[in-house]
Amino acid sequence: MSKITVDCTGETCPIPLVETRKALRKAKEGDIVEVIGTHPPSRKEIPMAVKALGLELIDIQEKDGVWKIRIRR
Amino acid sequence: MANKATIVVHSGDMDKVFSAFIIANGALAMGMEVSLFFTFWGLQRLKKGGLEKGPLSKMNLLGLGKWLVKRKMKKAGVASLEKLLQDFKELGGKILACDMTMAIMGIKREDLRVDLISDYCAVGTYINEAKESSVTLFI
Repeated sequence: MSKITVDCTGETCPIPLVETRKALRKAKEGDIVEVIGTHPPSRKEIPMAVKALGLELIDIQEKDGVWKIRIRR
Repeated sequence: MANKATIVVHSGDMDKVFSAFIIANGALAMGMEVSLFFTFWGLQRLKKGGLEKGPLSKMNLLGLGKWLVKRKMKKAGVASLEKLLQDFKELGGKILACDMTMAIMGIKREDLRVDLISDYCAVGTYINEAKESSVTLFI
């Protein structure tokens, strides 16, 4: 089990969503994908994608406009 | 209804091709299957070196409008069409080229980026895929 970090700081639509999906495709079952970004709609939409993909959203943290979303494959 | 999006890319305008790829990549990211059917002016964008050649759909102003919008997009960190296209392929998106457009416009396979194209087809293939898609768009 490993952790993959995707840094999408400063990126806009649709990059955070697409990079999250790319990382999830590469991850193995049980791996944790951690996405960091600043694009506000992506903070809401990445959890939507996680739900649509039937994966587990571990948590979302946010500090000073930077959010971190953790997903288990 | 299958978890699939089928999009006709009829326009070759830069902004509309952006919309098509952004929607397509969003759908792929949400776990959907996506087919893009390139036809008429849209197919011009699949010619070698043609991807970025489309004018702006409004206020192109002989290319000045397009240049201004591209500059704004770069500043806002918007991905290039080439990056969107590569992501689309990496996430398993399918590109189909309209065979009739090729005949009308005198486009040969060797004029196109054949490595990207899954198939050369007609309306039957589009309908066959669209009827089992939950999202269909004509751009």
